[in-house]
Amino acid sequence: MMTKDTKDPSSSPTQGFKGDASDAIGSQLKQYYKSVEQEPVPDHLLDLLEKLDQAERSGGSNGTA
Amino acid sequence: MARLETGIDDSANVTKAFSFKREMLAALPSLRAFAVSLSRRHDRADDLVQETVMKAWSKQESFQPGTNMRAWLFTILRNEFYSQMRRKGRELPDPDGLFADNLASHPEQYGKMDLADFKGALDQLPDDQREAIVLIGASGFAYEEAAAIAGVAVGTIKSRVNRARMKLQELLTVSGESDYGPDGTSAPLVNRAFPGR
Repeated sequence: MMTKDTKDPSSSPTQGFKGDASDAIGSQLKQYYKSVEQEPVPDHLLDLLEKLDQAERSGGSNGTA
Repeated sequence: MARLETGIDDSANVTKAFSFKREMLAALPSLRAFAVSLSRRHDRADDLVQETVMKAWSKQESFQPGTNMRAWLFTILRNEFYSQMRRKGRELPDPDGLFADNLASHPEQYGKMDLADFKGALDQLPDDQREAIVLIGASGFAYEEAAAIAGVAVGTIKSRVNRARMKLQELLTVSGESDYGPDGTSAPLVNRAFPGR
């Protein structure tokens, strides 16, 4: 059976991006994306993850203790 | 995908939850950047990420350790985005909100005006093209991964990326060469995205 992990070298994501000399668009896109990545993740999202984790640790599959 | 795991003891669960949380934390900045790219607005993006975190957490049993956590999260977020769009009907694009986000455009982060220009152009792409070019060109996914995330064939992703690039090229050329003025078709869009020009 086919595995979906098969790497097809002809479809590497770098193709058509990094290889392109005139690729201002590719680099602007990366820059833009990176600028958003570098914004601090809002506290409420971090808190949410923390709460979910806490709830699971204290309750978990044993029910609330 | 939705295979239930059975017979895992509690200590294994704790360890797994811990790394699950850590991996999720590590993926958040990129996931959020994808959400902003997709929804075009920071407020919507943060709602999307929140929704995604909750969904992912509730179905973490369906995540197969060792597989790509980022791709898994991106898929959830992407599906959430489109189902929100369907739920809300086509009330989007909500030009006022988009306009506000672009104005508020967090200039300290974008640094150069160029990036705000770029966001303006990116925001004008159809959703499917914007999604494709971001997944491939910025999020760092392979075509196969992007295709799986978007639920389409690899060839479809490739052609969307190509169309997106051509459209961006066109939009950025127009807005960059102000001496020539925007063309008739894109002028209203360009003027809305970049007021005062």
